[in-house]
Amino acid sequence: MILVLAYSAVLLSFFSGLLGLMMHQRRHILLFSQHWFKKFPSDNSSQSVLTGCLEARRFPVLLRQAVFVLLGLSGVFAVLAGLSVLIGKEVVTDQLSLGLPWLPWHVRFDCLSGFFFLIVGIAVSAVSLYGPGYVNSYQENQHPFAILSLFTGLFVAGMLLVLLADDAFFFMIAWELMSVASYFLVAFQHENSANRRAAFLYLLMAEVGALAIILGFGVLASFSDGFTFDALRASHLSTTWASIAFMLALLGFGMKAGIVPVHVWLPEAHPVAPSHISALMSGVMLKVALYGLIRFCFDLIGDVQWQWGVVLLILGTISALGGILYAMMQPNLKRLLAYSSVENIGIIFMVLGLSMIFMSNGHPQLAALGFLAALFHAFNHALFKNLLFLGAGMIHHQTHELNIDMMGGLIKKMPKTSVLFLIGCMSISSLPLFNGFVSEWLAFQTALQVDVLDNGVLRSLIPVAAAALALTAALAAACFVKVFGLIFLGQPRSHHCDKAHEVQDKGMLAGPALLAGLCFLFGIFPGPVISLINGVSGQLLGETLPNDAALGWLWLAPVSANQASYAPPLVLIGALIAGCISFWYLRRNPATALRISETWDCGFGGLTPRMQYSSSAFTMPFRRIFAKVWIIDEQIDKDMQGAMNQDVAAVHYHLQIQDHSWPRLYHPIEHAVNKLAQLVGRIQTGNIRVYLGYSFATLLLLLWVIS
Amino acid sequence: MGDQLMNWLIAILQTILFVALAPLLAGWVKCCKCRLQNRKAPSVLQPYRDLLKLTYKQPVVSEQASWLFTKAPYIIFSATVLAATVVPLIAVDLPTSASADVIVMVGFFAFARFFLALAGLDVGTAFGGMGSSREMTISSLAEPAMLMAIFTLTMTASTTNLSLAIAHVLNEGLVLRPSFVFALAALVLVAVAETGRIPVDNPATHLELTMIHEAMILEYSGRHLALIEWASQLKLMLYGVLIANIFFPWGIAETLSIQALGYGLLAIMGKLAVLAVVLAIAETLVAKMRLFRVQEYLSFAYLLGLLGLLSHIILEAAR
Repeated sequence: MILVLAYSAVLLSFFSGLLGLMMHQRRHILLFSQHWFKKFPSDNSSQSVLTGCLEARRFPVLLRQAVFVLLGLSGVFAVLAGLSVLIGKEVVTDQLSLGLPWLPWHVRFDCLSGFFFLIVGIAVSAVSLYGPGYVNSYQENQHPFAILSLFTGLFVAGMLLVLLADDAFFFMIAWELMSVASYFLVAFQHENSANRRAAFLYLLMAEVGALAIILGFGVLASFSDGFTFDALRASHLSTTWASIAFMLALLGFGMKAGIVPVHVWLPEAHPVAPSHISALMSGVMLKVALYGLIRFCFDLIGDVQWQWGVVLLILGTISALGGILYAMMQPNLKRLLAYSSVENIGIIFMVLGLSMIFMSNGHPQLAALGFLAALFHAFNHALFKNLLFLGAGMIHHQTHELNIDMMGGLIKKMPKTSVLFLIGCMSISSLPLFNGFVSEWLAFQTALQVDVLDNGVLRSLIPVAAAALALTAALAAACFVKVFGLIFLGQPRSHHCDKAHEVQDKGMLAGPALLAGLCFLFGIFPGPVISLINGVSGQLLGETLPNDAALGWLWLAPVSANQASYAPPLVLIGALIAGCISFWYLRRNPATALRISETWDCGFGGLTPRMQYSSSAFTMPFRRIFAKVWIIDEQIDKDMQGAMNQDVAAVHYHLQIQDHSWPRLYHPIEHAVNKLAQLVGRIQTGNIRVYLGYSFATLLLLLWVIS
Repeated sequence: MGDQLMNWLIAILQTILFVALAPLLAGWVKCCKCRLQNRKAPSVLQPYRDLLKLTYKQPVVSEQASWLFTKAPYIIFSATVLAATVVPLIAVDLPTSASADVIVMVGFFAFARFFLALAGLDVGTAFGGMGSSREMTISSLAEPAMLMAIFTLTMTASTTNLSLAIAHVLNEGLVLRPSFVFALAALVLVAVAETGRIPVDNPATHLELTMIHEAMILEYSGRHLALIEWASQLKLMLYGVLIANIFFPWGIAETLSIQALGYGLLAIMGKLAVLAVVLAIAETLVAKMRLFRVQEYLSFAYLLGLLGLLSHIILEAAR
């Protein structure tokens, strides 16, 4: 039953992709239907409905909606499948007679897969509500819908299959399906050369990552008999080989997840895809990579080493801090959000690292706490990052603008969007009452349990990481104050923003509203999600939270009520009481209603939108304080004029901020690859006799080897 | 059940006391400062009069402002009041400390600051943006330093519940812990930065270019200004109480008898009065820093917090 749900989710997304291909087949369908009705004459009403649907003007709209309805159904089925396996705490296995003759596709659906199914399902449902309105803006002849929907369907199906796979072959096939389908989505708007470059970079890194994963599986497989995950689980590796497998998996999955320094594809590829696809890529695909890492380390390798935890903790800290600092400097909204995904993945890796450290030091309950925090943050990040990307899409749809410096004042033009976006910003800044805070709180609680460890270095390293986490959270708040403040508040900085109006399509508002509602709901009542994750850790780690009983709907006390507790509903009630009392007390007197007046302009008059703080101005203090983090190229050119060339006519400010990883890591690699190609090129003379000579020599060599 | 109810009543009473006494503390600081600077001091009750005056005045709101501008003061005030419910003022063993621990308290501060900074950006003037940018810079450096200091406490007491942590310190008796000395120094430095006092920010400044907090609230008037001012007075008192009750908890009521509570009130008022004098002296002696030296100041605070934590781990942890 559960598997039926899971399979139907996969098939529905697949069919939604295929259905999109019908976009250009209207005439054929028309012909076919005419034949059909001629052959099997039926009542007029169904015939007229069908021909009505096939009308030239209505057909594309209806087809688009049908595609997204199928996709949405796939999301709903994924949620149902995930929930039912999580609630039942079951493990379902199956074999599909597909794939290689001696290796059918093995399917296994357990709590871990179920939890990620839930994440994918929620995100896909929200996106399919949002999609129909959003894709309307694409010109059919330039950006065909058929391609978009086909690869969206394949992409979602690929992600779901990765979660279902139970052998290395099937896993890699699904993984490649996901990667390649998303490549085409990134390259969707390919008329722009920057987009093509981004897509190529993405494909390149995805494939290098896939190679690393295959090698990782290879290491495991060479110690076991077969490629099924059951066989891999049963393998016994020496610590060295296990560590090699771990490093390969970390490289492969980390590349997909966007860990610094292999994150560079992420800020290039995510912004250029259509917004609902960026939402899926950033919100969900990174989580699938996380799933892969968890499955590989905690399940397949089994006994984790604390050194791996330290590696994850350090990489996670660097990613979290680097991600948010780079995010802060981006003027492009979607690029900023992509970098912020790097930050959030970093936070998840940090907590996962803590979990590993506790696990191998013999504190499985605390490991379960860390695991809980990591998965909960993954869940939250999927919610709010999706919300923010969809919000960015709405803004782009209405203003045709993604540069934060050209926006402003949208809170009055797009009031509903602004509220939804504000909720996303508050969640991602981990403010209390929203879901981001709960996972952050759990992360801090995990880090504070460090006293139980024996190793002195670890005990002093972890609090430092916790402080880095605090810095990250504070920087994230600053970054999203900037984002919301510059986009929605103040005066419009461009003509487009001045003329913008609210999104008309109801679905485009409903998708983000669903996500925003969940952000708030799980911020106030995190209990249900936590008990679901508890089931996952029970199955995977064999251990649940230390204090199961304290996980009521009201309280959150993961370790024990004496150590730490948090009751978001009570906090909400308190906030409402305090707010209402102050509001009531101060607004009693109607005589003192507001007086609307001009903004204070120091008496000079004429405030213009250009006098407002811009993105680069807002982040200037950060740029100065953390100057070493970026490669900053800041130039101020003055145009001089006048008799002595001493009067300033115009000032040009130029600011370019670059990622350190390009010149430090990628350019040397690129250089080395080119050098190598040149060396190889030397033996390629282009002369056929020389090539025949090579063949002959190889043949002789082989004969000599064999004999 | 009766006990539980009593606890909640005390918690609410304590919050009301917090809100009511905050302007008094601000007035006392101002009074001390005036005396030290050889000026004639206003009455200690002056902040109350100012607040009352502001609540009766008609607020002037810019035509550029959105709903966020007029709602933000209520949000800021509520968040700060909620932070106050968490901190034990006159008695430990509060139910509110259990519903939100010290990390949540830091979260409330972040919440208030988030909206304050947004309100600064709302009207679209250069000053508002400047204030918001600077406030977010300083706070993002101060927050980790503060958490480091607090983690020292919470790891010593192995709880993040402030009531229990203070009770733990109280039960241990007078032990000189090197980690606490470092944490105290760090927390004092952070408190000065976060409450916008000299040398980081000057609450009495009228020069726009050096403003931080004042620049953000430049557009506010009337009851909105009253709420924001009150919230910042509350924040000053919160930090004062944190310092006083974590590091010098003696005198705070451990039982809920009237006598103990009375002593608790007297004790905390005495401690805060002394702290205010120290603050006034410091503000008189020290000059305001340039903005880009604040990072050095705060990284020093962070370093102290880190040293505190490390000395706890290396010297004091029981193993």
